[in-house]
Amino acid sequence: MAHVFLGTEHRRFTDGVAEVDVEAATVKELIAKLEVRFPGIGRELEGNAVAINGEVIAYATYERVPEGAEIYFVPAASGG
Amino acid sequence: MTITEDAAKAEKALKYIGTRPVRPDGVDKVTGKARFAADLRLPGMLAGFVLRSPHAHARIVSVDTSAATGMPGVKAVITAADFPELDPGDPNHRNSNNLMARDKVLYEGHVVAAVAASTGREAKAAAEAIAIEYEVLPHVLTVDEAMAEGAPVLHADLITQNVEPEATEASNVSKRTLLERGDLEAGFAEADVVIERDFYTKPVHQGYIEPHAVVADSSPDEKSVVWCSSQGHFRVRSQTAGMLGWEPSQIKVLPAEIGGGFGGKTTIYLEPLAVKLSHMANRPVKLVMGRDEVFRATGPTPGTHIRVKLGARKDGTLVAGKAWLAYENGAFPGPWGMLGSWTIFAPYKIPNFLIEGYDVCVNKPVNIAYRAPSAPMAAFATETILDEIAVELGIDPLDLRLQNAAEEGDLTVQGPPYPRIGCKETLEAIRNHPHYSAPLGPNQGRGVATGYWFNIGEASSATVHITENGDAIVNTGSPDIGGSRASMALFAAEELGIHPDRIQSGVADTESVGFTDTSEGSRTTYATGWAVVEACRGLVTELRGRAAKMWGVEADEVEWADGEARHTKGDHEPLPLAQIAAEAKQTGGPLSSSASLNAQGAGPAFCTQVCDLEVDPETGLVTILRFTTAQDAGRAIHPSYVEGQMQGGVAQGIGWALNEEYIHDSKGVMENASFLDYRMPVASDLPMIDTVIVEVPNPIHPYGVRGVGEVGIVPPIPAIANAIHQAVGCRLNELPMSPPRVLAAITNGNGNGSGNGSG
Repeated sequence: MAHVFLGTEHRRFTDGVAEVDVEAATVKELIAKLEVRFPGIGRELEGNAVAINGEVIAYATYERVPEGAEIYFVPAASGG
Repeated sequence: MTITEDAAKAEKALKYIGTRPVRPDGVDKVTGKARFAADLRLPGMLAGFVLRSPHAHARIVSVDTSAATGMPGVKAVITAADFPELDPGDPNHRNSNNLMARDKVLYEGHVVAAVAASTGREAKAAAEAIAIEYEVLPHVLTVDEAMAEGAPVLHADLITQNVEPEATEASNVSKRTLLERGDLEAGFAEADVVIERDFYTKPVHQGYIEPHAVVADSSPDEKSVVWCSSQGHFRVRSQTAGMLGWEPSQIKVLPAEIGGGFGGKTTIYLEPLAVKLSHMANRPVKLVMGRDEVFRATGPTPGTHIRVKLGARKDGTLVAGKAWLAYENGAFPGPWGMLGSWTIFAPYKIPNFLIEGYDVCVNKPVNIAYRAPSAPMAAFATETILDEIAVELGIDPLDLRLQNAAEEGDLTVQGPPYPRIGCKETLEAIRNHPHYSAPLGPNQGRGVATGYWFNIGEASSATVHITENGDAIVNTGSPDIGGSRASMALFAAEELGIHPDRIQSGVADTESVGFTDTSEGSRTTYATGWAVVEACRGLVTELRGRAAKMWGVEADEVEWADGEARHTKGDHEPLPLAQIAAEAKQTGGPLSSSASLNAQGAGPAFCTQVCDLEVDPETGLVTILRFTTAQDAGRAIHPSYVEGQMQGGVAQGIGWALNEEYIHDSKGVMENASFLDYRMPVASDLPMIDTVIVEVPNPIHPYGVRGVGEVGIVPPIPAIANAIHQAVGCRLNELPMSPPRVLAAITNGNGNGSGNGSG
C-alpha cells in the first residue's frame, strides 16, 4: 500500500482529500486506481514527475512502487 | 577555494576529476576560428529577412504578399498560411503561434512574414513591400494591468486553471499555483515580528552575445539539414519538425558553437522559417537576428509583482510565511509563476505557509528561461524581508538564515523531502570567510543572501571510441554552453585511466549520437557526464575482455587501472590501452561503447553570497566593491568552469539588480532595444568575484555531481539590496536599483536611518 500526497491543484478532483492510500505495483497502476476513485484526476497526474520515497523521478510511468512508499506528484519543469 | 565534505575526502583519490585542463574549444574561440552558425556560407545560399509587428496588440485584417513575390531576387515569401495550424493540445501549439502570428499579433516584434532573396537588401525590401492591415487593439504590459478588472484579453480561450470557484471566462491569467502547509493564522499569531512588503521587477534579457542564427538547406523531398546556435539541437529538431508537420527524422541538426544562451536558447524562433524558405526556394537560406530583434522578439525573463509576509519569533525562528506572486509570461502561457512559487521559501524551514502564484499573459515577447528562472525575483522578496527581520531582532543575518536553513529530510514546499543538500554548508562558508568580517567605510554596506535552484536530470547519450593509437573520442548530444566538453573529457579520463590530453571531446549532431535533452536546468555535467561514465564503463568491460582474449584467460581475471589491463593473478605483463587498440582488429574489431540514460535525482543547489558596495549619496550610483559567492557543487569536475559559472551568475545578477530593464513606451514599443540603451555590466563595472566551491556530494551520482550553472544568479539582487540598506538606510523594493531610483530613495527618506551613511 502506497501513501499518496495530493497537491492543491489535484484536490478539486478529490473533494479536498489531500492524502490517500493506494495498492499499486507501478506508478501507472497507481494513477489508474486514483482515476477510478477520483474521476478526472488521472489525466492531470500523467506527465508529472513522481517522488517515490523522496526521489523525484521524471517519466515515472513504469516505475515500481515499493510497499509503504510515500508518493508525491510534482509538475515537470526544466530551467535555464 | 574549495571546501569538501569529509565523506568525499575519504573516497578513493581521483586522478583527473577536480583538475583544470585547458578547455578543448579554447584556442579556436580566442583565435576566432570557432564556427558559429552565422559564419557558415553554402553555395547558392539566400539571405532571409523576417517581418515583425510594429504593434503590441493588433488583429491581422489582411496580409498581401503579391508585391513582394515579384521583386528582384526574391525566391520565397512565407506567412502563417504556409505552416499547419496545430491543435491547442499539440506540444508545439504555443511555439507555432509565436513563430508566426496567425490571427493576432501579441507583441511588438511578433513575426508576420519572412522572405528569402539573393541578398539581404533584396529580402528586406521585399518584406517591407508586404501589405499588412492591422486593427490595433488595447494592450497590457504588466501583471497588474493584465489582472485588472476589464483588462484587454490576449487569448479568448484562456481560462485560469486551479482556481475556486472554477473559472469560466477568459482572462490573462493562465494558472494559479497554490502551495500550503500548517496553520497560517496560528503561525503568524506566534510571531513576535511580522513584516510584509511588495516587490516589483522588470523583464531583463539573458543578453547572450551571439544573436540567434540559422542556416537551413532543404531538399524538395522534405528533408533538411540545419546548422544553428541552440542549447539543444534535438529540441530544435523536434520543434522544427512539429511546426512544419514533418517527422523528426526528416531534419538533421548540426550544433554550431554557441555564443551564450543562459536559458534563452532553449527554444526556437528562426529554424522552421529557414527550413520552409529553403524548401520553397530549393536553396540554402540563412537567417540571422539583429540585436534589436533579439531584444524585441526573444524571451526575456518575466517582470513580476510579489508580496511576501514573514513572521518570526524573538529568537529568530521563522514561524509563518505568506507569498503572493504574479509573473509575466509574455504573449503565451508559461510556468514562471509556478517556478517562483516553488523557490520562494525553498532554503528555509517555515512550518506554516501559503504560497499563491499566478502566471499572467501580457503583450510582450514570450518569456523564456534565464538561469534559475523565476527564482531571483522570489529571492529578492524573501531575502530582503529576512534581512529586515534580522535587523529588527538584532540577529546576524547569516545566523538567522542558519537557524532556519533547510536540511536533509525537511519537506520541500511541493511536498517531497529534501535529499542531502548543502544549504547550511554554503551559509557557513560565507560566515567563515574573511570577507564577512572585513571593515567597511563610509557610505559602504554589506549584504548577504541565499538562493536555491532544484536542478534537473533528464535524457542524455554519449559514445566513446578508441582510436587506432589508443586515444579516445567522446561525443555527446549536449551543446557545450559552459565548458562541458572539458568536463566530459575528465569523466572519460578518470574512468579510462588516461590523460585528458588523449581525449577529444565533442558535440555530435542529431544523427550521430542518441537522443539528448537540452542543456538546461544545470543538467549537462550531471546527466550527460553520467552517460559518459556509463559508456566508459561499458568500454572498460570490453577492454578487459579483449585483454583476456590476448592473454587466453577469463575476463574476470582482468582488472582495469591507470589506463591498462592487469592480470589479477600476475601471470602477464599489463596491457596498456594503446596496445589493446593496436590489436583491436585481431580481437573483435573497433573499440567503442555508447550509453543512454534518463538521469534521476539531480541534487538541489544552494548558494550564499556576500556583497560589499558603496553608494554615492549625491548621485545614487552603486559601486560593487567586493563579492564572494559560496555554492554547493556536489563535486567540482573542472573547478575552473564551476567557478566560471558561479562568477557568471553573479555578474548577471549584478546587472539585473542595478541597471537592466525593458523600457516600453505608451504604445507597448520597446524603447531600449540595443546594448547602448540596455545597460548590461561590463568588466569595469565588476570587482573580482571570489568563489568558494562547497562540495556536499550528491549521493545518487557516480561522482557526487550537482548542477552548478544556475543558482549563482539567485542571491545577488537581494544581497545588493541588503547592502544598499546597510550603506544608506534605504530599503529598495523595485528593480533596477539604478542611480535615479537609489537617489530618490535617499532623497525621499524611505530608509530607517540605520545605514553607514554617517560614516
